[in-house]
Amino acid sequence: MTAPLLRVENLKVEYRSAAGSVTAIPDLSFEVAPGESLGIVGESGCGKSTLLMAIMGHLGSSGVATGRVIFEGKEISKASPAELRAVRSGGIAMVYQDPNAALNPTLKIGRQLVEVPMLRAGVSPTEATRLSERMLADVHLPDPASVMERYPHQLSGGQKQRAVIAMALLANPRLLLLDEPTTGLDVTVEAAVLDLIDELREKYGTSLIYITHNVGVVAQVCDRVGVMYLGDLVEEAPVGALFASPRHPYTRRLMACVPRLDGDKHTTSFLPIPGQPSSLRDRPAGCPFSPRCVGFTPGLCDQKVPVEEIGPNHRVRCFRHREAEMFEPAAQDIVAPAEPRPEIVLEAQGLSKIYKLGNSFFGAKRSAALSANEDLNFSAKKSEIVAIVGESGSGKSTFARILAGLQDATSGKLVVLGSDIANTTASERSSDQLSAVQMVFQNPDATLNPSHSAGFPIARALKKFKVTHGSKETQSRVAELFQMVRLAPSLMRVRPGRLSGGQKQRVAIARAFAATPDILVADEPVSALDVSVQAAIVNLLLQIQKTKGTTIVFISHDLALVRHLADQVIVMYLGKVMESGPVAALFAPPFHPYTEALLSAVPVPDPAAEQRHVRLSGETPSPINVPKGCRFATRCPRKVGAICDEVPPPERKGEGGHMILCHIPLDELAAVAPIFQHNRSERAPA
Amino acid sequence: MIAFIGKRLLGLVATLLVASFLVFAVTEFSPGNVARKTLGPFAAQESVDLLYQKLHLNDSLPVRYVRWLGVLTGVIADPLQDPALKLDFKDPRGDRYFGNFGYSTLYKLPVNDVIWNRLGNTALLAGISFALIVPLSLIFGVLAGMREGSFLDRTISVFGIVATSIPEFASGVFLVAIFVVALRLLPGTSPLTTGGGGWSIASQFVLPVAVLVLYDSGYVVRMVRGSTAEVMNKPYIRTAVLKGLSFKTVVWRHAVRNAMIAPFTVILLQINFLISGVVVTEMVFAYPGFGRMLLEASLFGDIALIEAATLVALAVATTTQLLSDIGYALLNPQIRVA
Repeated sequence: MTAPLLRVENLKVEYRSAAGSVTAIPDLSFEVAPGESLGIVGESGCGKSTLLMAIMGHLGSSGVATGRVIFEGKEISKASPAELRAVRSGGIAMVYQDPNAALNPTLKIGRQLVEVPMLRAGVSPTEATRLSERMLADVHLPDPASVMERYPHQLSGGQKQRAVIAMALLANPRLLLLDEPTTGLDVTVEAAVLDLIDELREKYGTSLIYITHNVGVVAQVCDRVGVMYLGDLVEEAPVGALFASPRHPYTRRLMACVPRLDGDKHTTSFLPIPGQPSSLRDRPAGCPFSPRCVGFTPGLCDQKVPVEEIGPNHRVRCFRHREAEMFEPAAQDIVAPAEPRPEIVLEAQGLSKIYKLGNSFFGAKRSAALSANEDLNFSAKKSEIVAIVGESGSGKSTFARILAGLQDATSGKLVVLGSDIANTTASERSSDQLSAVQMVFQNPDATLNPSHSAGFPIARALKKFKVTHGSKETQSRVAELFQMVRLAPSLMRVRPGRLSGGQKQRVAIARAFAATPDILVADEPVSALDVSVQAAIVNLLLQIQKTKGTTIVFISHDLALVRHLADQVIVMYLGKVMESGPVAALFAPPFHPYTEALLSAVPVPDPAAEQRHVRLSGETPSPINVPKGCRFATRCPRKVGAICDEVPPPERKGEGGHMILCHIPLDELAAVAPIFQHNRSERAPA
Repeated sequence: MIAFIGKRLLGLVATLLVASFLVFAVTEFSPGNVARKTLGPFAAQESVDLLYQKLHLNDSLPVRYVRWLGVLTGVIADPLQDPALKLDFKDPRGDRYFGNFGYSTLYKLPVNDVIWNRLGNTALLAGISFALIVPLSLIFGVLAGMREGSFLDRTISVFGIVATSIPEFASGVFLVAIFVVALRLLPGTSPLTTGGGGWSIASQFVLPVAVLVLYDSGYVVRMVRGSTAEVMNKPYIRTAVLKGLSFKTVVWRHAVRNAMIAPFTVILLQINFLISGVVVTEMVFAYPGFGRMLLEASLFGDIALIEAATLVALAVATTTQLLSDIGYALLNPQIRVA
């Protein structure tokens, strides 16, 4: 190996405050070779962002780093402020998680870009402008000159992230640090950004440190992967080796929590990791994962764990990694999913929601219509899971809001248990109608009132729907519901601030089930959670569904997850259903061209899988000016001609209720190469 | 943008109309007979009754309001100037002109001869103070907020709290004790005449301005400091720092404008305070200003003057609101109207 570009030696990061100091990273060493792409995977709180900030020398006033960070032979951990500025402006650049927050909202993109090359000696403003425009073209932003003149809010999320990447690359960095650069972007946008990173890496030969919680993304863009847990690098390996034979128990369990496109709830179950990560304050002695590891051996695992080289470039920190297969639960927690029953509990008939936009002042009226939902037709059976998939702006949440009565429909019918509730909002619904449809929301942090105890919303739901009478009965029922969602009843009196994200979502689920609903509307219920927590929540939902026979309307942007748990899938684009049908039919040809693009954009946690790349051009059109013909025509890679723009496409019916809204006949849609091809004969044990 | 401003101007007029009705209603309904208030406590009951009839005070409130509006806009002649009443109220502008606020019974002058003069005096005081408060608060607020928790931050913050918590009458007396009584450097009163004592007009401004600046900038500094500190923790500031920009550039180019957005409205609200809220300072320094005039008019029951002054104060307040909305849009491109 040539001299490393970056070497981190015995890095230790502490945060000091009046309440004492906590160690975020106890002792970390690794190297990045020139041109290499190192991925660092870990769940929230594992210290991966702290690591990046420590490399950049920007830990804030409370962070203290010791150890050495050596970049191009120079120890930047001991650099003067001026030297550090020089490294930041011309050696190491960074791309941030949320492009909305990373760009200054009051400065034009151009001004934010040109200041980067202008930090280098001898670059004039005109030269800097020229360089910036060229870089914007390199990141495939159309019309760079006009982008330079725009403010950040005038760009879409994907465009902003491209601008941030351009900004980073303008520093001519040898090392690029990427902190979850695609989290929060739509899957097709994410795929395009990942393609861009790959392309630019080849073009400029930049080394990368790519930080993410998404195992699939790592498989796609990295040469080598490090797995972080509680500030320790527990395993480090070339990407192929890590996915083919993960050795550390944490890595193995993490991989088993990742939903895959080649299995569903009937064939595989997630194996969630028991417990939750220890807090930084009481870090366990020895292996950080030991309190949650089934292979924990007293007297061994509580000693300091040495790093062991077990293959070429494959290092692991575990005393018992050779026996890892033996102590893994084989099928302990297998969930037997519910089977849909014939009676139909939910039916949408031509359901539409149109928002009248307009601005009327002194009679001057300008109005436009935004159709958020148009002509939805589908039905859900008892104890069926219907997934609604789509990117932002597809109208999936609007449907959830109509179903939950937070909004009324403009036209059409929404029949729940025999009565039409399309125009009955929550305040007009009877108690029975209200309890029939319950909702779990996306962000558990925002949905629980921080000043009420965790048990309070559940007790209130029980009283409101007259499920229980008297406080004694209510309390015991709350305890039962806590047990159902696997929470210790002692947490009933705890305020939500002291619960983890997963625990909060369990409370939200318990609250929804307090009313014994027939239909549970889950709007992205796990998208804010870590993958191991997500696995536990999904298993929990499946278990509760099995015992209660609840119908679940599961709204998600995550196709792999939908593949795992849904019985029926509805793919929406700009308020309209593009494709719907049983899960197995939907994930196999014939595909709607949009579904095809979505599927080929999913980051697959398998570096050996060959994924066909279908990339969408352009941006999702505004829902105010929907195309006259097919909604998807403006971006469709398989557009057949003017007919797509002019004529609304017909519904083509396949087998088993499969429907595709497209001008291309089904047999032609079916004649496509599969999206995934495995280069190996055997799949890695995971 | 022009449509936006036009719309807001229409809204401004509407607000003034509604507000003027409320003010009219409140002053006319306050205890005591309007006619009696106009004529004073020693007038004979007959003349009060005569005036009562002359002013049609038996009519319903909306009718009287419309009549008042008519006088104000010059459609109707001011009934008080009718020589038949023998009140000797004379206005050189005549009894029918646009902007006729009536006759001040306290100063025995047309309202227009009193109010603008007083407003001008206060505007001068407020203008000088404002011209000092804004740059001082911005500079010290940004200096304190850019490094939260630093020595400089703590010093400025403590100074700000102390300055704001001392009421104007206390700091006024304090400053007078030091600069007038002990050092004999400045005049203790500011009547804006060069008569007694021979102090120049300029020197008469020093202490009132100092009191206002101390009191008000302490508050505004804290606003600016809070906003700057918040902005300095934003991810885009981290982006700017990690670009390798110097701290000065980061603060100046990336933080200041964003940090101005929130306090901007508050800063413009200070104009309202400086116009109608400076009664205490004006009283302490015997300054012939708008606030003191309003106080005296209220104590005396000078209805026409109260109504006029309230309307003027309202017009100032709504105008600053409009200005703050426009400035806000200019600072924050996200809400700029297309």
